[in-house]
Amino acid sequence: MSTSSLDFTTQLGTALFPNPILTASGCAANGKELSAFFPLGDIGAVVTKSVMNHPRSGRATPRMAETPSGMLNAIGLQGPGIDNFLREDLPWLVEHGARTIVSIAGESVEEFAALSRKVRNAPGVSALEVNISCPNVENRGLVFACDRTSAREVIEAVKRSVGNSLPIIAKLSPDVTDIVSIAEEVISAGADGLAMINTLLGMVINTETMRPHLANKTGGLSGPAIRPVAVRAIFQVHQAMPKVPIVGMGGVLTGNDAFELVLAGASAISIGTATFHDPSAPIRIKQELEELLNSRGFTRFSDAVGYAHRSQS
Amino acid sequence: MNEKTSGPVQAECEIISNRKVGAYHHLTLAAPGIAEVARPGNFVAISVGDSRTSMLLRRSFAIYQATSRGPFGGTIEIIVAPHGDGSTWIAQRVAHERLNVIGPLGNAFKIPKDPVRALLVGGGYGSAPLFPLAELLRQKNSRVEMAVGASSAERVFAPVEGKRSVHSLVIATEDGTLGSKGRVTDLFDNALTNIDIVYACGPMGMLKALSVIGTAAGVTVQCAVEESMACGIGLCMTCVLPVRDKEGVIKMLRSCVEGPIFDGAAVQWDGIGTIPPGTYGAPK
Repeated sequence: MSTSSLDFTTQLGTALFPNPILTASGCAANGKELSAFFPLGDIGAVVTKSVMNHPRSGRATPRMAETPSGMLNAIGLQGPGIDNFLREDLPWLVEHGARTIVSIAGESVEEFAALSRKVRNAPGVSALEVNISCPNVENRGLVFACDRTSAREVIEAVKRSVGNSLPIIAKLSPDVTDIVSIAEEVISAGADGLAMINTLLGMVINTETMRPHLANKTGGLSGPAIRPVAVRAIFQVHQAMPKVPIVGMGGVLTGNDAFELVLAGASAISIGTATFHDPSAPIRIKQELEELLNSRGFTRFSDAVGYAHRSQS
Repeated sequence: MNEKTSGPVQAECEIISNRKVGAYHHLTLAAPGIAEVARPGNFVAISVGDSRTSMLLRRSFAIYQATSRGPFGGTIEIIVAPHGDGSTWIAQRVAHERLNVIGPLGNAFKIPKDPVRALLVGGGYGSAPLFPLAELLRQKNSRVEMAVGASSAERVFAPVEGKRSVHSLVIATEDGTLGSKGRVTDLFDNALTNIDIVYACGPMGMLKALSVIGTAAGVTVQCAVEESMACGIGLCMTCVLPVRDKEGVIKMLRSCVEGPIFDGAAVQWDGIGTIPPGTYGAPK
Protein backbone atom coordinates (compact mmCIF):
# COMPACT_ATOMS: atom_id res chain seq x y z
CA MET A 1 0.00 0.00 0.00
CA SER A 2 0.93 3.66 -0.17
CA THR A 3 3.70 4.95 2.01
CA SER A 4 2.55 8.57 1.74
CA SER A 5 1.33 10.48 4.76
CA LEU A 6 -1.71 11.79 2.91
CA ASP A 7 -4.91 11.80 4.95
CA PHE A 8 -7.16 10.32 2.26
CA THR A 9 -10.27 10.02 4.43
CA THR A 10 -13.52 11.70 3.53
CA GLN A 11 -16.86 12.21 5.15
CA LEU A 12 -20.40 12.17 3.76
CA GLY A 13 -22.68 13.36 6.54
CA THR A 14 -21.87 11.15 9.53
CA ALA A 15 -20.29 8.42 7.39
CA LEU A 16 -16.52 8.25 7.28
CA PHE A 17 -14.66 6.56 4.41
CA PRO A 18 -10.94 5.66 4.24
CA ASN A 19 -10.70 7.11 0.74
CA PRO A 20 -12.98 9.07 -1.58
CA ILE A 21 -13.28 6.60 -4.49
CA LEU A 22 -16.70 4.98 -4.92
CA THR A 23 -18.41 3.06 -7.66
CA ALA A 24 -21.40 4.71 -9.36
CA SER A 25 -24.86 3.24 -9.03
CA GLY A 26 -25.75 1.16 -12.06
CA CYS A 27 -22.12 0.71 -13.13
CA ALA A 28 -20.97 -1.90 -10.64
CA ALA A 29 -24.06 -4.15 -10.40
CA ASN A 30 -24.03 -5.20 -6.74
CA GLY A 31 -20.29 -5.67 -6.41
CA LYS A 32 -19.84 -9.39 -6.95
CA GLU A 33 -18.62 -9.23 -10.55
CA LEU A 34 -16.19 -6.40 -9.77
CA SER A 35 -14.64 -8.25 -6.84
CA ALA A 36 -12.67 -10.45 -9.28
CA PHE A 37 -10.64 -7.37 -10.20
CA PHE A 38 -9.84 -5.80 -6.82
CA PRO A 39 -10.79 -6.23 -3.15
CA LEU A 40 -13.94 -4.15 -2.76
CA GLY A 41 -12.86 -2.92 0.66
CA ASP A 42 -9.89 -1.12 -0.93
CA ILE A 43 -12.15 1.61 -2.30
CA GLY A 44 -14.22 4.01 -0.21
CA ALA A 45 -17.53 2.28 -0.88
CA VAL A 46 -19.56 0.32 -3.39
CA VAL A 47 -22.66 2.21 -4.51
CA THR A 48 -25.12 -0.49 -5.48
CA LYS A 49 -27.43 -0.43 -8.50
CA SER A 50 -30.57 1.60 -7.75
CA VAL A 51 -33.07 -0.90 -6.40
CA MET A 52 -36.85 -0.62 -6.42
CA ASN A 53 -39.54 -2.11 -4.21
CA HIS A 54 -40.34 -4.99 -6.56
CA PRO A 55 -38.24 -7.12 -8.92
CA ARG A 56 -37.93 -5.40 -12.27
CA SER A 57 -37.22 -6.74 -15.75
CA GLY A 58 -35.90 -3.49 -17.13
CA ARG A 59 -36.43 -2.41 -20.70
CA ALA A 60 -36.32 -4.19 -24.03
CA THR A 61 -33.07 -4.33 -25.98
CA PRO A 62 -31.22 -2.62 -27.56
CA ARG A 63 -30.46 -0.89 -24.29
CA MET A 64 -27.12 0.62 -25.19
CA ALA A 65 -25.21 2.53 -27.85
CA GLU A 66 -21.60 3.61 -27.89
CA THR A 67 -21.24 7.33 -28.50
CA PRO A 68 -18.15 9.56 -28.93
CA SER A 69 -16.29 9.33 -25.60
CA GLY A 70 -19.35 7.92 -23.93
CA MET A 71 -22.36 5.71 -24.11
CA LEU A 72 -26.11 5.92 -24.07
CA ASN A 73 -28.08 3.50 -21.93
CA ALA A 74 -31.68 2.69 -21.19
CA ILE A 75 -31.52 -0.31 -18.88
CA GLY A 76 -34.69 0.64 -17.06
CA LEU A 77 -33.54 -0.27 -13.55
CA GLN A 78 -33.48 -4.05 -14.01
CA GLY A 79 -33.06 -5.50 -10.56
CA PRO A 80 -34.05 -8.02 -7.89
CA GLY A 81 -36.27 -5.78 -5.77
CA ILE A 82 -35.39 -4.55 -2.30
CA ASP A 83 -36.29 -7.71 -0.36
CA ASN A 84 -34.06 -9.98 -2.45
CA PHE A 85 -31.35 -7.31 -2.43
CA LEU A 86 -31.33 -7.07 1.36
CA ARG A 87 -31.46 -10.85 1.75
CA GLU A 88 -28.72 -11.74 -0.76
CA ASP A 89 -26.69 -8.88 -2.21
CA LEU A 90 -26.15 -6.67 0.83
CA PRO A 91 -24.99 -9.48 3.16
CA TRP A 92 -22.57 -10.64 0.45
CA LEU A 93 -21.04 -7.14 0.29
CA VAL A 94 -20.76 -6.92 4.06
CA GLU A 95 -19.16 -10.36 4.23
CA HIS A 96 -16.62 -9.33 1.59
CA GLY A 97 -15.51 -6.25 3.46
CA ALA A 98 -17.19 -3.64 1.26
CA ARG A 99 -18.56 -0.44 2.72
CA THR A 100 -21.88 -0.02 0.99
CA ILE A 101 -23.99 2.91 -0.10
CA VAL A 102 -27.41 1.56 -1.05
CA SER A 103 -29.09 3.36 -3.95
CA ILE A 104 -32.87 3.32 -4.12
CA ALA A 105 -35.26 4.38 -6.88
CA GLY A 106 -39.03 4.68 -6.73
CA GLU A 107 -41.94 5.64 -8.92
CA SER A 108 -43.74 7.44 -6.10
CA VAL A 109 -42.97 9.27 -2.87
CA GLU A 110 -44.51 6.30 -1.01
CA GLU A 111 -42.18 3.83 -2.75
CA PHE A 112 -39.13 5.87 -1.75
CA ALA A 113 -40.42 6.01 1.84
CA ALA A 114 -41.03 2.25 1.95
CA LEU A 115 -37.61 1.50 0.44
CA SER A 116 -35.78 3.73 2.89
CA ARG A 117 -37.60 2.17 5.87
CA LYS A 118 -36.34 -1.24 4.78
CA VAL A 119 -32.76 -0.05 4.20
CA ARG A 120 -32.69 1.75 7.58
CA ASN A 121 -33.09 -1.56 9.39
CA ALA A 122 -30.45 -3.42 7.38
CA PRO A 123 -27.02 -3.88 8.93
CA GLY A 124 -23.88 -2.79 7.13
CA VAL A 125 -25.14 0.24 5.21
CA SER A 126 -22.92 3.34 5.24
CA ALA A 127 -25.31 5.73 3.51
CA LEU A 128 -28.44 5.87 1.41
CA GLU A 129 -28.40 7.25 -2.14
CA VAL A 130 -31.81 8.46 -3.23
CA ASN A 131 -31.89 8.27 -7.01
CA ILE A 132 -34.48 10.85 -7.95
CA SER A 133 -32.92 11.42 -11.36
CA CYS A 134 -33.02 8.20 -13.39
CA PRO A 135 -33.80 9.35 -16.94
CA ASN A 136 -35.15 5.97 -18.03
CA VAL A 137 -38.52 6.15 -16.36
CA GLU A 138 -41.84 5.64 -18.08
CA ASN A 139 -42.88 9.25 -17.72
CA ARG A 140 -40.48 12.19 -17.82
CA GLY A 141 -42.76 13.79 -15.25
CA LEU A 142 -41.43 11.13 -12.85
CA VAL A 143 -37.92 12.54 -12.87
CA PHE A 144 -38.35 13.96 -9.40
CA ALA A 145 -35.02 15.80 -9.60
CA CYS A 146 -36.33 17.93 -12.46
CA ASP A 147 -38.92 19.57 -10.22
CA ARG A 148 -38.23 21.33 -6.93
CA THR A 149 -41.50 20.32 -5.28
CA SER A 150 -41.25 16.66 -6.28
CA ALA A 151 -37.60 16.51 -5.23
CA ARG A 152 -38.48 18.00 -1.83
CA GLU A 153 -41.38 15.61 -1.27
CA VAL A 154 -39.22 12.53 -1.90
CA ILE A 155 -36.37 13.68 0.33
CA GLU A 156 -38.73 14.74 3.14
CA ALA A 157 -40.40 11.32 3.04
CA VAL A 158 -37.04 9.53 3.10
CA LYS A 159 -35.86 11.73 5.95
CA ARG A 160 -39.02 10.89 7.94
CA SER A 161 -38.27 7.20 7.34
CA VAL A 162 -34.60 7.09 8.25
CA GLY A 163 -34.24 10.06 10.61
CA ASN A 164 -30.61 10.46 11.54
CA SER A 165 -29.79 6.75 11.29
CA LEU A 166 -28.21 7.04 7.81
CA PRO A 167 -26.76 9.89 5.75
CA ILE A 168 -29.08 10.68 2.84
CA ILE A 169 -27.46 11.47 -0.50
CA ALA A 170 -29.77 12.86 -3.18
CA LYS A 171 -28.74 12.03 -6.75
CA LEU A 172 -29.39 14.95 -9.06
CA SER A 173 -29.99 15.33 -12.77
CA PRO A 174 -28.03 17.84 -14.86
CA ASP A 175 -31.05 18.16 -17.18
CA VAL A 176 -32.41 21.21 -15.34
CA THR A 177 -32.16 24.93 -15.85
CA ASP A 178 -30.87 25.67 -12.36
CA ILE A 179 -29.27 22.75 -10.54
CA VAL A 180 -28.38 24.99 -7.57
CA SER A 181 -32.02 25.61 -6.74
CA ILE A 182 -32.78 21.85 -6.82
CA ALA A 183 -29.73 21.19 -4.66
CA GLU A 184 -30.81 23.80 -2.12
CA GLU A 185 -34.30 22.33 -2.07
CA VAL A 186 -33.19 18.76 -1.28
CA ILE A 187 -30.69 19.91 1.33
CA SER A 188 -33.36 21.95 3.12
CA ALA A 189 -35.64 18.90 2.88
CA GLY A 190 -33.14 16.85 4.88
CA ALA A 191 -30.51 15.46 2.49
CA ASP A 192 -27.03 15.28 3.99
CA GLY A 193 -25.22 15.26 0.68
CA LEU A 194 -25.61 15.26 -3.09
CA ALA A 195 -24.57 12.87 -5.84
CA MET A 196 -24.09 14.54 -9.17
CA ILE A 197 -24.38 14.21 -12.01
CA ASN A 198 -26.71 11.49 -13.24
CA THR A 199 -26.72 10.90 -17.02
CA LEU A 200 -27.99 13.44 -19.53
CA LEU A 201 -30.93 12.47 -21.71
CA GLY A 202 -29.82 11.71 -25.23
CA MET A 203 -30.67 9.83 -28.42
CA VAL A 204 -28.86 7.95 -31.16
CA ILE A 205 -30.48 7.27 -34.52
CA ASN A 206 -29.23 4.25 -36.42
CA THR A 207 -28.58 5.48 -39.95
CA GLU A 208 -28.99 1.96 -41.41
CA THR A 209 -32.40 1.24 -39.90
CA MET A 210 -33.15 4.97 -39.91
CA ARG A 211 -34.84 4.63 -36.50
CA PRO A 212 -33.79 5.45 -32.93
CA HIS A 213 -31.19 2.86 -31.93
CA LEU A 214 -32.48 2.20 -28.41
CA ALA A 215 -35.74 0.32 -27.91
CA ASN A 216 -36.61 3.07 -25.43
CA LYS A 217 -35.69 5.69 -28.06
CA THR A 218 -33.99 7.92 -25.47
CA GLY A 219 -31.29 6.99 -22.99
CA GLY A 220 -28.88 8.42 -20.46
CA LEU A 221 -25.57 9.74 -21.77
CA SER A 222 -22.49 9.03 -19.65
CA GLY A 223 -18.72 8.93 -20.01
CA PRO A 224 -15.99 11.54 -20.56
CA ALA A 225 -18.26 13.35 -23.05
CA ILE A 226 -20.26 14.73 -20.11
CA ARG A 227 -17.37 15.52 -17.75
CA PRO A 228 -17.36 19.30 -18.34
CA VAL A 229 -21.06 19.34 -17.47
CA ALA A 230 -20.27 17.54 -14.20
CA VAL A 231 -17.44 19.93 -13.38
CA ARG A 232 -19.70 22.93 -13.99
CA ALA A 233 -22.60 21.52 -11.95
CA ILE A 234 -20.37 20.56 -9.00
CA PHE A 235 -18.61 23.93 -9.11
CA GLN A 236 -21.91 25.85 -9.06
CA VAL A 237 -23.41 23.83 -6.21
CA HIS A 238 -20.24 23.88 -4.12
CA GLN A 239 -20.06 27.62 -4.56
CA ALA A 240 -23.62 28.02 -3.29
CA MET A 241 -23.29 25.49 -0.43
CA PRO A 242 -19.60 24.92 0.36
CA LYS A 243 -20.32 22.81 3.45
CA VAL A 244 -22.54 20.27 1.68
CA PRO A 245 -20.65 17.10 0.69
CA ILE A 246 -20.91 16.24 -2.98
CA VAL A 247 -20.29 12.81 -4.51
CA GLY A 248 -18.96 13.88 -7.89
CA MET A 249 -19.28 11.77 -11.02
CA GLY A 250 -19.38 12.19 -14.76
CA GLY A 251 -16.85 10.60 -17.09
CA VAL A 252 -13.96 10.12 -14.70
CA LEU A 253 -11.41 7.84 -16.42
CA THR A 254 -8.19 8.83 -14.62
CA GLY A 255 -6.91 10.23 -11.34
CA ASN A 256 -6.51 13.58 -13.07
CA ASP A 257 -10.18 13.55 -14.06
CA ALA A 258 -11.12 12.74 -10.45
CA PHE A 259 -8.89 15.60 -9.25
CA GLU A 260 -10.75 18.00 -11.53
CA LEU A 261 -14.05 17.12 -9.86
CA VAL A 262 -12.44 17.40 -6.41
CA LEU A 263 -11.14 20.89 -7.24
CA ALA A 264 -14.67 21.82 -8.32
CA GLY A 265 -15.99 20.73 -4.93
CA ALA A 266 -16.50 16.95 -4.79
CA SER A 267 -15.82 15.21 -1.46
CA ALA A 268 -15.98 11.79 -3.08
CA ILE A 269 -15.73 10.52 -6.64
CA SER A 270 -17.87 7.82 -8.23
CA ILE A 271 -16.39 5.81 -11.08
CA GLY A 272 -19.11 4.82 -13.54
CA THR A 273 -18.75 4.18 -17.26
CA ALA A 274 -14.97 3.85 -16.84
CA THR A 275 -15.59 0.56 -15.04
CA PHE A 276 -17.11 -0.93 -18.21
CA HIS A 277 -13.98 0.09 -20.09
CA ASP A 278 -11.61 -1.04 -17.35
CA PRO A 279 -12.97 -2.92 -14.33
CA SER A 280 -9.77 -2.06 -12.46
CA ALA A 281 -10.46 1.66 -12.97
CA PRO A 282 -11.68 2.41 -9.41
CA ILE A 283 -8.50 1.09 -7.79
CA ARG A 284 -6.23 2.60 -10.47
CA ILE A 285 -7.91 6.00 -10.17
CA LYS A 286 -7.57 5.85 -6.40
CA GLN A 287 -3.80 5.36 -6.74
CA GLU A 288 -3.47 8.04 -9.42
CA LEU A 289 -5.44 10.57 -7.36
CA GLU A 290 -3.37 9.81 -4.28
CA GLU A 291 -0.13 10.36 -6.22
CA LEU A 292 -1.47 13.56 -7.74
CA LEU A 293 -2.50 14.99 -4.34
CA ASN A 294 0.91 14.15 -2.96
CA SER A 295 2.70 15.75 -5.88
CA ARG A 296 0.64 18.94 -5.48
CA GLY A 297 1.63 19.09 -1.82
CA PHE A 298 -1.69 18.27 -0.20
CA THR A 299 -1.45 16.45 3.12
CA ARG A 300 -5.22 16.13 3.54
CA PHE A 301 -7.63 15.16 0.78
CA SER A 302 -10.24 17.45 2.34
CA ASP A 303 -8.01 20.48 1.70
CA ALA A 304 -8.26 19.85 -2.04
CA VAL A 305 -12.06 19.76 -2.06
CA GLY A 306 -13.25 22.91 -3.82
CA TYR A 307 -9.70 24.25 -4.10
CA ALA A 308 -10.55 25.80 -7.49
CA HIS A 309 -12.84 28.24 -5.63
CA ARG A 310 -10.02 29.91 -3.65
CA SER A 311 -9.57 33.63 -4.05
CA GLN A 312 -6.94 35.03 -6.41
CA SER A 313 -3.65 35.82 -4.75
CA MET B 1 -12.80 -10.81 4.19
CA ASN B 2 -11.47 -8.07 1.94
CA GLU B 3 -9.94 -10.11 -0.87
CA LYS B 4 -10.23 -10.45 -4.60
CA THR B 5 -12.61 -13.24 -5.51
CA SER B 6 -11.68 -15.75 -8.17
CA GLY B 7 -12.87 -14.94 -11.66
CA PRO B 8 -11.71 -13.63 -14.99
CA VAL B 9 -8.22 -12.22 -15.46
CA GLN B 10 -7.45 -8.79 -16.91
CA ALA B 11 -4.12 -8.60 -18.73
CA GLU B 12 -2.14 -6.66 -21.32
CA CYS B 13 -1.70 -9.38 -23.92
CA GLU B 14 0.99 -9.23 -26.59
CA ILE B 15 -0.13 -10.00 -30.12
CA ILE B 16 1.96 -12.93 -31.41
CA SER B 17 0.51 -12.79 -34.90
CA ASN B 18 -2.32 -11.31 -36.95
CA ARG B 19 -3.17 -13.18 -40.14
CA LYS B 20 -5.89 -12.31 -42.62
CA VAL B 21 -8.20 -15.26 -43.26
CA GLY B 22 -10.79 -14.44 -45.90
CA ALA B 23 -12.83 -11.54 -44.59
CA TYR B 24 -11.51 -12.08 -41.06
CA HIS B 25 -8.41 -11.54 -38.99
CA HIS B 26 -6.97 -14.40 -36.99
CA LEU B 27 -5.17 -13.01 -33.94
CA THR B 28 -2.96 -15.05 -31.63
CA LEU B 29 -2.37 -13.46 -28.23
CA ALA B 30 -0.05 -14.35 -25.40
CA ALA B 31 -2.60 -14.78 -22.64
CA PRO B 32 -1.14 -16.57 -19.64
CA GLY B 33 -3.74 -17.00 -16.92
CA ILE B 34 -6.53 -16.97 -19.50
CA ALA B 35 -5.45 -19.72 -21.91
CA GLU B 36 -4.99 -22.35 -19.18
CA VAL B 37 -8.55 -22.09 -17.87
CA ALA B 38 -10.49 -21.30 -21.07
CA ARG B 39 -13.09 -23.83 -22.20
CA PRO B 40 -14.87 -24.03 -25.58
CA GLY B 41 -17.63 -21.43 -25.63
CA ASN B 42 -15.84 -18.93 -23.37
CA PHE B 43 -15.06 -15.49 -24.73
CA VAL B 44 -12.78 -12.53 -24.07
CA ALA B 45 -13.58 -8.81 -23.89
CA ILE B 46 -10.99 -6.49 -25.42
CA SER B 47 -10.71 -2.74 -25.02
CA VAL B 48 -10.28 -0.46 -28.02
CA GLY B 49 -7.64 2.23 -28.38
CA ASP B 50 -5.26 3.75 -25.85
CA SER B 51 -5.95 5.23 -22.41
CA ARG B 52 -7.61 8.30 -23.96
CA THR B 53 -9.77 6.36 -26.40
CA SER B 54 -13.13 7.73 -27.48
CA MET B 55 -14.47 4.16 -27.84
CA LEU B 56 -15.03 3.03 -24.27
CA LEU B 57 -16.88 -0.21 -24.66
CA ARG B 58 -15.14 -3.56 -24.86
CA ARG B 59 -15.57 -5.81 -27.86
CA SER B 60 -16.25 -9.46 -27.18
CA PHE B 61 -14.80 -12.39 -29.13
CA ALA B 62 -15.34 -16.11 -28.74
CA ILE B 63 -12.10 -17.92 -28.02
CA TYR B 64 -11.14 -19.94 -31.08
CA GLN B 65 -8.17 -21.88 -29.74
CA ALA B 66 -6.59 -21.85 -26.29
CA THR B 67 -3.18 -23.43 -25.87
CA SER B 68 -1.86 -23.62 -22.35
CA ARG B 69 1.73 -24.53 -23.27
CA GLY B 70 3.84 -23.40 -26.18
CA PRO B 71 6.83 -21.28 -27.15
CA PHE B 72 4.96 -18.18 -25.91
CA GLY B 73 3.41 -19.75 -22.81
CA GLY B 74 -0.39 -19.75 -22.76
CA THR B 75 -1.91 -18.34 -25.95
CA ILE B 76 -5.43 -17.74 -27.17
CA GLU B 77 -6.64 -17.21 -30.71
CA ILE B 78 -9.61 -15.13 -31.78
CA ILE B 79 -11.30 -14.44 -35.11
CA VAL B 80 -12.09 -10.77 -35.65
CA ALA B 81 -14.58 -9.59 -38.26
CA PRO B 82 -13.87 -5.91 -38.86
CA HIS B 83 -17.20 -4.19 -39.36
CA GLY B 84 -17.44 -1.30 -36.91
CA ASP B 85 -14.78 1.20 -35.86
CA GLY B 86 -13.81 -0.81 -32.77
CA SER B 87 -13.45 -4.24 -34.37
CA THR B 88 -11.61 -2.62 -37.29
CA TRP B 89 -9.13 -1.03 -34.86
CA ILE B 90 -8.51 -4.41 -33.23
CA ALA B 91 -8.16 -6.13 -36.62
CA GLN B 92 -5.50 -3.60 -37.65
CA ARG B 93 -3.17 -4.29 -34.70
CA VAL B 94 0.15 -5.91 -35.55
CA ALA B 95 2.51 -8.36 -33.86
CA HIS B 96 4.13 -7.14 -30.61
CA GLU B 97 1.41 -4.58 -29.91
CA ARG B 98 -0.61 -5.23 -26.77
CA LEU B 99 -4.32 -5.52 -26.21
CA ASN B 100 -6.10 -5.20 -22.87
CA VAL B 101 -7.95 -8.49 -22.53
CA ILE B 102 -10.38 -9.81 -19.90
CA GLY B 103 -11.14 -13.50 -19.86
CA PRO B 104 -12.12 -16.20 -19.91
CA LEU B 105 -15.71 -14.97 -19.70
CA GLY B 106 -19.12 -16.58 -19.83
CA ASN B 107 -20.17 -20.20 -19.59
CA ALA B 108 -18.94 -23.06 -21.77
CA PHE B 109 -20.58 -25.65 -23.99
CA LYS B 110 -21.78 -28.60 -21.92
CA ILE B 111 -20.14 -31.86 -22.93
CA PRO B 112 -22.07 -35.11 -22.40
CA LYS B 113 -20.19 -37.73 -20.37
CA ASP B 114 -20.96 -40.49 -22.87
CA PRO B 115 -20.20 -40.55 -26.59
CA VAL B 116 -22.86 -38.79 -28.68
CA ARG B 117 -23.64 -37.99 -32.28
CA ALA B 118 -23.14 -34.22 -32.36
CA LEU B 119 -23.97 -31.67 -35.02
CA LEU B 120 -22.04 -28.40 -34.81
CA VAL B 121 -23.44 -25.46 -36.77
CA GLY B 122 -21.58 -22.21 -37.27
CA GLY B 123 -22.68 -19.05 -39.00
CA GLY B 124 -19.86 -16.86 -40.38
CA TYR B 125 -17.00 -16.68 -37.88
CA GLY B 126 -19.35 -18.24 -35.33
CA SER B 127 -17.81 -21.54 -36.38
CA ALA B 128 -14.55 -20.58 -34.62
CA PRO B 129 -15.37 -21.80 -31.07
CA LEU B 130 -16.89 -24.99 -32.51
CA PHE B 131 -13.52 -26.40 -33.64
CA PRO B 132 -12.04 -26.80 -30.13
CA LEU B 133 -15.44 -28.13 -29.06
CA ALA B 134 -15.17 -30.72 -31.83
CA GLU B 135 -11.76 -31.76 -30.52
CA LEU B 136 -13.16 -32.19 -27.03
CA LEU B 137 -16.15 -34.18 -28.25
CA ARG B 138 -13.91 -36.48 -30.27
CA GLN B 139 -11.77 -37.10 -27.21
CA LYS B 140 -15.01 -38.45 -25.67
CA ASN B 141 -15.42 -40.72 -28.71
CA SER B 142 -18.33 -38.71 -30.04
CA ARG B 143 -19.16 -38.50 -33.70
CA VAL B 144 -18.88 -34.86 -34.86
CA GLU B 145 -20.57 -33.48 -37.95
CA MET B 146 -20.17 -29.82 -38.77
CA ALA B 147 -22.08 -27.43 -40.97
CA VAL B 148 -20.81 -23.94 -41.67
CA GLY B 149 -22.76 -21.22 -43.41
CA ALA B 150 -22.01 -17.67 -44.45
CA SER B 151 -23.12 -15.03 -46.91
CA SER B 152 -20.21 -15.80 -49.24
CA ALA B 153 -17.04 -17.91 -49.51
CA GLU B 154 -14.72 -15.34 -47.92
CA ARG B 155 -16.93 -15.35 -44.81
CA VAL B 156 -16.78 -19.12 -44.30
CA PHE B 157 -14.43 -19.84 -41.44
CA ALA B 158 -13.32 -23.47 -41.78
CA PRO B 159 -9.52 -23.75 -41.62
CA VAL B 160 -7.79 -26.87 -42.89
CA GLU B 161 -6.56 -27.86 -39.43
CA GLY B 162 -10.11 -27.48 -38.10
CA LYS B 163 -11.50 -29.81 -40.74
CA ARG B 164 -9.37 -32.58 -39.28
CA SER B 165 -11.22 -32.38 -35.98
CA VAL B 166 -14.60 -33.28 -37.47
CA HIS B 167 -15.89 -36.42 -39.15
CA SER B 168 -17.77 -34.50 -41.81
CA LEU B 169 -18.07 -30.91 -42.90
CA VAL B 170 -20.71 -29.34 -45.11
CA ILE B 171 -20.75 -25.72 -46.22
CA ALA B 172 -23.50 -23.46 -47.47
CA THR B 173 -23.19 -19.91 -48.77
CA GLU B 174 -26.06 -17.60 -49.56
CA ASP B 175 -24.48 -16.53 -52.86
CA GLY B 176 -23.34 -20.06 -53.75
CA THR B 177 -19.64 -19.15 -53.96
CA LEU B 178 -18.75 -22.12 -51.76
CA GLY B 179 -20.62 -25.34 -50.97
CA SER B 180 -24.33 -25.46 -51.60
CA LYS B 181 -26.30 -22.31 -52.29
CA GLY B 182 -28.57 -21.22 -49.49
CA ARG B 183 -28.63 -20.97 -45.73
CA VAL B 184 -26.84 -23.42 -43.49
CA THR B 185 -30.16 -24.35 -41.88
CA ASP B 186 -31.47 -25.47 -45.29
CA LEU B 187 -28.89 -28.28 -45.19
CA PHE B 188 -30.81 -30.31 -42.63
CA ASP B 189 -34.39 -29.19 -42.92
CA ASN B 190 -36.35 -31.92 -41.11
CA ALA B 191 -33.19 -33.95 -41.18
CA LEU B 192 -31.98 -34.12 -37.61
CA THR B 193 -31.83 -37.87 -37.80
CA ASN B 194 -29.05 -39.74 -36.05
CA ILE B 195 -28.17 -36.60 -34.07
CA ASP B 196 -28.24 -36.51 -30.26
CA ILE B 197 -27.19 -32.92 -29.66
CA VAL B 198 -26.68 -29.71 -31.63
CA TYR B 199 -24.17 -26.98 -30.81
CA ALA B 200 -24.59 -23.69 -32.60
CA CYS B 201 -22.90 -20.31 -32.77
CA GLY B 202 -23.88 -17.54 -35.13
CA PRO B 203 -26.51 -14.93 -35.85
CA MET B 204 -29.77 -14.91 -33.88
CA GLY B 205 -31.85 -15.88 -36.93
CA MET B 206 -29.80 -19.02 -37.46
CA LEU B 207 -29.96 -19.94 -33.76
CA LYS B 208 -33.70 -19.49 -33.71
CA ALA B 209 -34.19 -21.64 -36.82
CA LEU B 210 -31.99 -24.38 -35.36
CA SER B 211 -33.84 -24.27 -32.04
CA VAL B 212 -37.14 -24.80 -33.85
CA ILE B 213 -35.72 -27.73 -35.82
CA GLY B 214 -34.12 -29.19 -32.67
CA THR B 215 -37.25 -28.86 -30.58
CA ALA B 216 -39.30 -30.61 -33.28
CA ALA B 217 -36.78 -33.47 -33.34
CA GLY B 218 -36.50 -33.64 -29.54
CA VAL B 219 -32.82 -32.72 -29.71
CA THR B 220 -31.11 -30.24 -27.39
CA VAL B 221 -29.61 -27.23 -29.15
CA GLN B 222 -26.91 -25.39 -27.21
CA CYS B 223 -26.81 -21.89 -28.65
CA ALA B 224 -23.97 -19.40 -28.22
CA VAL B 225 -25.73 -16.07 -28.68
CA GLU B 226 -24.35 -12.82 -30.03
CA GLU B 227 -25.86 -9.98 -28.01
CA SER B 228 -24.42 -6.51 -28.01
CA MET B 229 -22.35 -6.05 -24.82
CA ALA B 230 -20.88 -2.99 -23.17
CA CYS B 231 -18.66 -4.54 -20.49
CA GLY B 232 -18.71 -8.32 -20.99
CA ILE B 233 -18.35 -8.98 -17.26
CA GLY B 234 -21.88 -8.64 -15.91
CA LEU B 235 -21.92 -5.04 -14.72
CA CYS B 236 -23.95 -3.12 -17.25
CA MET B 237 -27.10 -5.23 -17.93
CA THR B 238 -27.19 -4.34 -21.63
CA CYS B 239 -26.73 -7.83 -23.17
CA VAL B 240 -29.89 -9.39 -21.72
CA LEU B 241 -32.36 -11.64 -23.49
CA PRO B 242 -35.54 -13.40 -22.33
CA VAL B 243 -34.86 -16.98 -21.21
CA ARG B 244 -37.20 -19.41 -19.46
CA ASP B 245 -35.59 -20.83 -16.31
CA LYS B 246 -36.01 -24.28 -14.74
CA GLU B 247 -39.08 -23.12 -12.82
CA GLY B 248 -40.68 -21.94 -16.06
CA VAL B 249 -40.23 -18.24 -15.32
CA ILE B 250 -38.99 -15.97 -18.11
CA LYS B 251 -36.11 -13.82 -16.93
CA MET B 252 -33.98 -11.20 -18.65
CA LEU B 253 -30.59 -12.94 -18.40
CA ARG B 254 -27.19 -11.47 -19.18
CA SER B 255 -25.57 -13.22 -22.13
CA CYS B 256 -22.13 -12.37 -20.74
CA VAL B 257 -22.53 -14.08 -17.37
CA GLU B 258 -25.50 -16.46 -17.55
CA GLY B 259 -24.55 -17.11 -21.21
CA PRO B 260 -23.36 -16.81 -23.90
CA ILE B 261 -24.53 -20.43 -24.20
CA PHE B 262 -28.21 -21.08 -23.61
CA ASP B 263 -30.52 -24.00 -24.23
CA GLY B 264 -32.20 -23.02 -27.50
CA ALA B 265 -35.54 -24.34 -26.23
CA ALA B 266 -35.41 -21.94 -23.26
CA VAL B 267 -34.58 -18.76 -25.18
CA GLN B 268 -37.67 -16.77 -26.12
CA TRP B 269 -36.45 -16.03 -29.63
CA ASP B 270 -39.57 -14.17 -30.72
CA GLY B 271 -39.38 -12.07 -27.55
CA ILE B 272 -35.88 -10.72 -28.19
CA GLY B 273 -36.13 -6.96 -28.38
CA THR B 274 -39.20 -7.00 -26.12
CA ILE B 275 -40.10 -7.80 -22.54
CA PRO B 276 -42.36 -10.84 -23.16
CA PRO B 277 -45.61 -10.82 -21.18
CA GLY B 278 -45.18 -12.58 -17.85
CA THR B 279 -41.43 -11.91 -17.65
CA TYR B 280 -40.17 -11.73 -14.06
CA GLY B 281 -40.44 -8.09 -13.01
CA ALA B 282 -42.23 -6.99 -16.19
CA PRO B 283 -44.12 -3.70 -15.96
CA LYS B 284 -47.64 -4.33 -14.73
